[in-house]
Amino acid sequence: MDVYGSLVEIVGEEFVSDQEEELYIYSRDSGAQEPRKADYVVAPKKVEEVQKIVLLANREKIPITPMGGGLTLSGLAVPIKGGIVLDMKRMDRIIEINEKSRYAVLEAGVTQGALHSHLNKHYPHLEHSMPDAPPMATIVGNVVIQGHGHLSVSRGINSQMVNGMEVVLPTGEVCKLGSCSVSPHWFTRDPLPDLMGLFIGWLGTTGIITKISLQLLPKPKFRDLLTFTSNELDLLPDFIFDITQLNLLDNLFIISQEWPPWAQGILYVPIVSAQDEEEFALKIKLHKELLRKYEGKITLVEGKHAERMREARLPVPPVTLGVMAADTKQGGGFEYTGGIVPIEKVPEASSRSVEIAHKYGQPYLLGYQLLTGGHSMMCGLAYCLNRADDEDVEKVRKAIDETNRMILDVGGVLWKAEAPAQRLMMQRMDPNTIELMKRVLRALDPNAIMNPGNWSE
Amino acid sequence: MALADYEGMIHRCFRCGYCKFTSDYSYVGFNCPMYNKVRLESYSPGGLMWLIHAALVKEKLKPSKHLSEILYSCTLCRNCSEECRFQFHEDIVHVLKAAREAMVEKQLVPPMVSQFLKNVYDYGNPYRELKENRGHWAENTGIRQYEKGDEFLYYVGCVGSYDTVSQKAARALGRVLLKSGLSFGILGSREICDGNEVDMLGEKGLFEFLKEENTRTFKELGVKKIVTLSPHSYHALKNSYSDEFEVFHYTQLFRDLIKSGALDVSGGFRTKVTYHDPCFLGRYNHEYDAPREILTAIPGIELIEMERAKENAFCCGGGGGNFYTDILGGGESTPSRIRVMEARETGAKILAVSCPVCMMMLEDALKAEGLENELAIKDIAEIMDAVCGDSGA
Repeated sequence: MDVYGSLVEIVGEEFVSDQEEELYIYSRDSGAQEPRKADYVVAPKKVEEVQKIVLLANREKIPITPMGGGLTLSGLAVPIKGGIVLDMKRMDRIIEINEKSRYAVLEAGVTQGALHSHLNKHYPHLEHSMPDAPPMATIVGNVVIQGHGHLSVSRGINSQMVNGMEVVLPTGEVCKLGSCSVSPHWFTRDPLPDLMGLFIGWLGTTGIITKISLQLLPKPKFRDLLTFTSNELDLLPDFIFDITQLNLLDNLFIISQEWPPWAQGILYVPIVSAQDEEEFALKIKLHKELLRKYEGKITLVEGKHAERMREARLPVPPVTLGVMAADTKQGGGFEYTGGIVPIEKVPEASSRSVEIAHKYGQPYLLGYQLLTGGHSMMCGLAYCLNRADDEDVEKVRKAIDETNRMILDVGGVLWKAEAPAQRLMMQRMDPNTIELMKRVLRALDPNAIMNPGNWSE
Repeated sequence: MALADYEGMIHRCFRCGYCKFTSDYSYVGFNCPMYNKVRLESYSPGGLMWLIHAALVKEKLKPSKHLSEILYSCTLCRNCSEECRFQFHEDIVHVLKAAREAMVEKQLVPPMVSQFLKNVYDYGNPYRELKENRGHWAENTGIRQYEKGDEFLYYVGCVGSYDTVSQKAARALGRVLLKSGLSFGILGSREICDGNEVDMLGEKGLFEFLKEENTRTFKELGVKKIVTLSPHSYHALKNSYSDEFEVFHYTQLFRDLIKSGALDVSGGFRTKVTYHDPCFLGRYNHEYDAPREILTAIPGIELIEMERAKENAFCCGGGGGNFYTDILGGGESTPSRIRVMEARETGAKILAVSCPVCMMMLEDALKAEGLENELAIKDIAEIMDAVCGDSGA
């Protein structure tokens, strides 16, 4: 039986395609990376189906690229070497919400929007850390790329909030990780060997996550944001240090964009929450009092601009300025370099980002997010692109490459890096680290079927 | 407008996927009937936009039968236009429709679509029924032909005229209008298809022809006001025909007649009811209140909303011609089957509708789910017919 026939036998005809229309859609995303053609699109429903597809792929030596929402914008779910794109979104069961131990066990296709809705409806006192991405992004996809959410300052990035996983290994075995490997309960990642690290950040090259346990968090009764503005970039590291010394933040965005003019400076958007009105008022007060030290240099924004920020940044899921700004070129394309840099390097990364944007004739559009207690900053330099204009796409691709190099030059690392950016990092990586990565990949995936071309020199 | 008129906009879609959800994420699943069923990205509004751009604007893909099948799987329920976050959101449905026009021009439509269009052209209805039989549903009801001077033309539409399930609603509406004392009449064998589905299926020429024919008939008879059974007819007549006709969906008229006292609902109707918003009354024409005002005006009715209601209502799957072509039908994830299960979850005994297409789709789904003993599908006209009878219900 041919590959198509075998896939049909596994998941049913309705959920397999080798037709040009599906292949076209699954061969590209909204970012600036080159389209790369898939050979088959398959949407499994059960872990047993995933397992059979992996065994088939090993037999036939066909690559598999797992896909969640397909919203990385950097082509990570677009196959580099063809083969099967495994759209995981039919695996969409919310298997368990453990209220007392605060975790959710989810199949790999559960979207951010679905978990958000489910919690709102059945557990309105709980929430999960929801990324800035559209609600179609999946929980597992976000974890695999080490994405962040609206509680990333207080609770860490989302991959740090994983209690357990079920994984189909590249050789077809189904494997449980975390407490669920020894117990019926998916409540903790510790104190076992942390094998989940083999699947986080590896961009689908080490296996296919089919279930996940994600920590849930108490939803506060009060949540609000403040907007501060400044024109003095050099103050940023000190101010971030001071604001994180308070240790009261849920989240902190930093925004700087050429349009509208009032957003051209540096906008700090701290978000705080509380269960009690008095506690909430005190937190707001303490954050406002920080400005005394920076008198006249960092100031509070009030009125319509503050309200605009509140409307855009406070809702979960967010009505993000990023989503709106993505259409400024009216071109249906958007990609950003997600550079993660030490706090003290943010001013240099920012000023050089503005230079690069201008060099490529782009208005600058910087969106930063503080990560995990304030140890690092995700510095996103976003580019809108016109998908209908090949020259514009190529220009943005070059701009992204230059921005990536700049981020590495200032000592940062690249988040959800597209394949060329992964190679840039590997050029600077400790050779023994590269060797270790190769050994891990060889051991797990002897036939190199899993999303090949990623983490590859 | 033709597809070329949207050339500067089609590629603006990011495929971000907001269009697949309800507006407030109150519902855990997807609200796009096509994506919810097929679950491949090509069968999503964003997927369609990208395919249309690739195949019909840029010629990167060859327009194919499969593309045609994807395009016609969409029910044009307008959830995508409602939920898209971008400025171009209103144009999404216009592009989908214009793409169908392009496929008609290329003669690349699914066989059932061709058949629908040919039947309407040959017979004035999609069912190949004789024009002379169009008014048979009204026999022995006391509903008469429209005469010059009548205040309202009661425009029934193809589904209400020929589909045996929907004819019950057509008769009920006529009886209630009779009880109200309004002067009205039907066109009977002179009525032809309003063309809403023809327009949605992309046969612009035929739609223009039907508009001209109907308009000529309306003018000849001196029609000024039209009341429709179907929201599909309401949409076409109100938004695409001459604005010299004042067009009402019957729920709007009933609401006003109850308020004025011309319809007496004091007989009451003691039961739990949930209401399904038809896309062409709700999302297309923003009429969410009139049907609810009728139901809540009737003593004894307890109106329980489904989880997805008003602008978030889940399409029955019959829109965009799918009630006939059935390209999206089959299996448990058929939109109408999902919808009757949602209605059942409310604990209601009646799933009220105000659209003959929804009625037909949901009635079939009720049987497929084996829920006939738990839930009944009733058009609001039928409920009103029972309420305004001698003894109520």
